[in-house]
Amino acid sequence: MTFEYAPAPESRAIVSIKPKYGHFIDGKFVNGRNHFATINPATEEVLSQIALGSASDVDKAVIAAQKAYTKTWSKLSGKERGKYLYRIARILQERAREFAVLETLDNGKPIRETRDIDIPLVAAHFFYHAGWADKLDYAGMGKSPKPHGVAGQIIPWNFPLLMLAWKVAPALATGNTVVLKPAETTSLTALLFAEVCQQAELPDGVVNIVTGDGSTGSAIVNHAGIHKIAFTGSTEVGKKIARAIAGTNKKATLELGGKGANIVFDDAPIDETVEGIVNGIFFNQGHVCCAGSRLILQEGIADEITEKLKARMSKIRVGDPLDKNTDLGAINSREQLAKIHELSAAGDAEGAERWSPSCNLSDKGYWFAPTIFTGVTQAHRIAREEIFGPVLSILTFRTPQEAIEKANNTPFGLSAGVWSEKGSRILWATQQLRAGVIWANTFNKFDPTSPFGGYKESGWGREGGKHGLASYLKEGK
Amino acid sequence: MSRLEVKKTYKLYINGAFPRSESGRIYEVTDAKGNFIANPALASRKDLRDAVVAARAAQIGWAKATAYNRGQILYRIAEMLEGRADQIANEISATSGVTPKKAHEQLISAIDRWVWYAGWSDKLAAAFGSTNPVAGPYYNFTIPEAQGVIAVAPKDEFLAFIDSIAPVITSGNSVIALVPGASAVPAMTFAEVLATSDLPHGVINILTGSHDELAPWAASHMDIDGMDISGIDKKKRAALKEAGAENLKRIHNFDDAQSPNRIYAFMEAKTVWHPIGV
Repeated sequence: MTFEYAPAPESRAIVSIKPKYGHFIDGKFVNGRNHFATINPATEEVLSQIALGSASDVDKAVIAAQKAYTKTWSKLSGKERGKYLYRIARILQERAREFAVLETLDNGKPIRETRDIDIPLVAAHFFYHAGWADKLDYAGMGKSPKPHGVAGQIIPWNFPLLMLAWKVAPALATGNTVVLKPAETTSLTALLFAEVCQQAELPDGVVNIVTGDGSTGSAIVNHAGIHKIAFTGSTEVGKKIARAIAGTNKKATLELGGKGANIVFDDAPIDETVEGIVNGIFFNQGHVCCAGSRLILQEGIADEITEKLKARMSKIRVGDPLDKNTDLGAINSREQLAKIHELSAAGDAEGAERWSPSCNLSDKGYWFAPTIFTGVTQAHRIAREEIFGPVLSILTFRTPQEAIEKANNTPFGLSAGVWSEKGSRILWATQQLRAGVIWANTFNKFDPTSPFGGYKESGWGREGGKHGLASYLKEGK
Repeated sequence: MSRLEVKKTYKLYINGAFPRSESGRIYEVTDAKGNFIANPALASRKDLRDAVVAARAAQIGWAKATAYNRGQILYRIAEMLEGRADQIANEISATSGVTPKKAHEQLISAIDRWVWYAGWSDKLAAAFGSTNPVAGPYYNFTIPEAQGVIAVAPKDEFLAFIDSIAPVITSGNSVIALVPGASAVPAMTFAEVLATSDLPHGVINILTGSHDELAPWAASHMDIDGMDISGIDKKKRAALKEAGAENLKRIHNFDDAQSPNRIYAFMEAKTVWHPIGV
């Protein structure tokens, strides 16, 4: 007798998507000139037309943000600023299901994740930062630290609304105003957030949203009226931004790529570890900068872990992101799918051994089965380059020192994982690892109170916690 | 008949040794009247690369040393500097043209800086770390850690040189100081202080010579993690930052001579999560 899951689709009736969107500038939706389609990556259905922001749109947004900064936002007390953020947090909670469904439609990630992780964390970020607004004297930045002015924020498509929250909440709490550009493929929840700003009666121009592509982002980075850049995305683009602002006084935080090592010692709790490995690489289709994409197993348990991992992967449900039983949703775009195929093919060509469970993947939409490669060496591209998909590279080690050397052998330094039942070994490993976020006996956990960000080429600065505020403030006296 | 003074050869300080520049080049330092004082080594790109290798090898052990131990070694530098105070003050005065009184004040400030930073080594985690009350059954904390190998380019002044190196090594970084002009003379005598201060070889490396020549090589070097360019002309900073973008170097300049921010700017915050349960 077998048990099968019946389909359990979340209704999409809760969202209403307009056929066409403009930008949100100075508190109002304004028409764009040129548009591009945004699609549901699970079905390739066109959801709406998104405005392609030009340099002149960015200019208008920056002017609105400057005006709001000087006329209203910088004159408000921290207490009042905080109350706006609390309002936003509450409205986000009220409209959480609507945001979750819309995010799943536009991004392709499972409703289980948008409903239980993304959107609750979004509200939590606003609630947390709301409380900071009138307590900045205690942020470790001296007495009466000052905002920079207008923050230009460019966010990625993997956690669209969550990345918006990571950027907008601390910027507003510290008294900055914002020009934000969502990712080209995932603008819809940012545009819905603009409605939340209106419902919260946030003063006009405090948050401006200009949709578009890389050229729009570049116009933000290079605009003379922007004082601080916050970017999450690829290391390649991060370096371009660093070069672009080299001759300016602009501050920048950069949250960039990663190739996170997930180290499993031979005394690790096997079943929990297998769950953690799955969460580390298959959460959000592996579209996670801090994914545990390099599994580094101690030799004595490598076979056992790999076999149990395969058994567990066979139970991963790949399919309709709106189905509440779905574990692995759609790849976000055709371009990203092509990149995953290309790097996986490199894994085959370089001699690693590929394995995937059998999956019924739809002909429509962008799909990639959960995949592992065994026999991976440090020289392989799949061990060095960020795949940003549900593809895990498995390496092995004999001594703890070797594990650390392999883990640190990368220009990235965003995340790492350590699995062991021995406390002293965990703390030793976390000391040796050159990464900004280390999960011990867990993986891919996030919280607004907890600073997040990378060493080395994974970026500049931190987001979240007291540390995240610092990048939005000038030190007080 | 007066005795002829035995003069010192000023060389570089790399990995605890005093090599000449591999390039064989020197430059002349004179006093205000043009009288010859010394021929410091004019360091080359190859010297810089050697210094990076030494600094990288030394950094791991230096960062692993306890904060208490690092603090004691920084304090030991102050002790040793006190003993060489007159010699270095004389060199500052002769090479920079400041009055003996001003030179002495600079030297005293330099000694006191080492004492001040010595006291910081074991307070950084308290000042810049946190435990984070995450909404779940996890113990979550953030600690600051040294970034790695940092190059510093102070202006041509002995105290500015001390201001650039002391905060960087306090946290466990190693440093390569690019010392320009006449301050090479007191800086290299200071290297003798370091050689007797229990500081592990390679933690501080001193290259004398030209910022214009060395700073661009440092900015583009892929095994240097950060740079303090406080002593670089404002117009020349952008090019260094552009070159440093290739490995996303942390490049800073500072207005404050003495500040914990000069330590923290070259640290990374590391956040660790661990479940709580029985």
